[in-house]
Amino acid sequence: MSNQPGIFANAVNLNVGGAAQASAASEDARTTSGDDAVHDVVIVGSGPAGYTAAIYTARANLKPVVLAGSVTAGGELMNTTDVENYPGFIDGIMGPDLMNNMQQQAERFGADIRYEDVVSVELDGEIKTVTVEDGTVLRARAVIISTGSEYRKLGLEDEERLSGHGVSWCATCDGFFFKKQNIAVVGGGDSAIEEATFLTKFADKVTLIHRRDRFRASEIMQQRAFDDPKIEILWNTKVTGIQGADKVESLALEDTVTGETSELAVTGVFVAIGSDPRVGLVKDQLELTVDNTIAVDGRSSTTSLPGVFAAGDVVDATYRQAITAAGSGCIAAVDVEHYLAALDS
Amino acid sequence: MSSAKDVTDANFKAEVLENSKPTIVDFWAEWCGPCRQLGPVLDAIAAEHADHVDVVKVNVDDNPAIASQYGITSIPAVYLFANGEVAKTSIGAKPKSALEKEFGEYLNPSA
Repeated sequence: MSNQPGIFANAVNLNVGGAAQASAASEDARTTSGDDAVHDVVIVGSGPAGYTAAIYTARANLKPVVLAGSVTAGGELMNTTDVENYPGFIDGIMGPDLMNNMQQQAERFGADIRYEDVVSVELDGEIKTVTVEDGTVLRARAVIISTGSEYRKLGLEDEERLSGHGVSWCATCDGFFFKKQNIAVVGGGDSAIEEATFLTKFADKVTLIHRRDRFRASEIMQQRAFDDPKIEILWNTKVTGIQGADKVESLALEDTVTGETSELAVTGVFVAIGSDPRVGLVKDQLELTVDNTIAVDGRSSTTSLPGVFAAGDVVDATYRQAITAAGSGCIAAVDVEHYLAALDS
Repeated sequence: MSSAKDVTDANFKAEVLENSKPTIVDFWAEWCGPCRQLGPVLDAIAAEHADHVDVVKVNVDDNPAIASQYGITSIPAVYLFANGEVAKTSIGAKPKSALEKEFGEYLNPSA
């Protein structure tokens, strides 16, 4: 996914609680944009976790509202190409196709998918509120948080300045601009190797820079990198600087074992060093783990607040696969079903 | 993707650089997922701020010269041109409110 750290950062505090909505509505036209119903469940996020939760809750006749995001709908898989490890697709499937299928599957059972960004949530109390960017306040008895994760940055001084001028987070978007050039990919997981392999379609040479002496990536992905004549691997190496006046010209490198420094001339650098759970919306209301994921009870999706459930990468510091996110979305949906049934009985 | 007018290498100068109105240019391509998601957001901005800015799009696949001239290596890239110069840039697919903030002085010049 392209780098969108600001998505949930620009929160506007409308200070509208569920009970206060009617009176507040007459004072502030922004809150009147008509969603008076109390929904059974609102799902925030639309990756494999959010859409799977939508499929299950829709089939349970809970009429889920999915707040899919204006530019992030479909989540991280929208920026990938072949997904080869999602069960059921013999020859693999393109990430965007998989997500479009999930979306349509959820809609087939009546999920109400809205391409809007959530700016704030109030998760305490029996009726939760979720405020979207145009000021509409949705009320719900249960909320599923499946906001996924966002790309980690290198944290280097010139990274932001040269972003869009050689520094990239999206190989499928930007590989085209590096035809017949020498570029670098930073990272050692599946996504780093997938990007490096993909980028060899365009670049003359791809240097894969990893700070350890082995990859975290799956064996089959590693072998692809080892076998590719266009990929060179720099082990035990970290990037300490990105250099260039108005576009990337070189990277400053440091050997993590010897401390020796060097320079690598490249015109582009793709950052694939992992991602962090996107907890900005909820971090002051829900308990988090030491990994900064939302804390859930055991194998369930139950968070520290009743009626609030969490699923997908935002609860997962370990597995973070499309299929585990989808499974986690299913768990959240079933938990919501049980929660609402218990309330009603 | 955006329903904005297509601008090419051939007419970029006339449509953008010589436009008397500030012009937002959406650099995009078919194979760029985030570009497709950004399109409707830019359409909404175009509709709401038609008095003050024009919004056009450049397909970088078909028009490599312009993208290369401005050193674009990431898309979607949203560039705002005023008086023939790049005045503001924004990289990546961002929600409407974020873009309205970044380009605010041109979208609402009197505000």
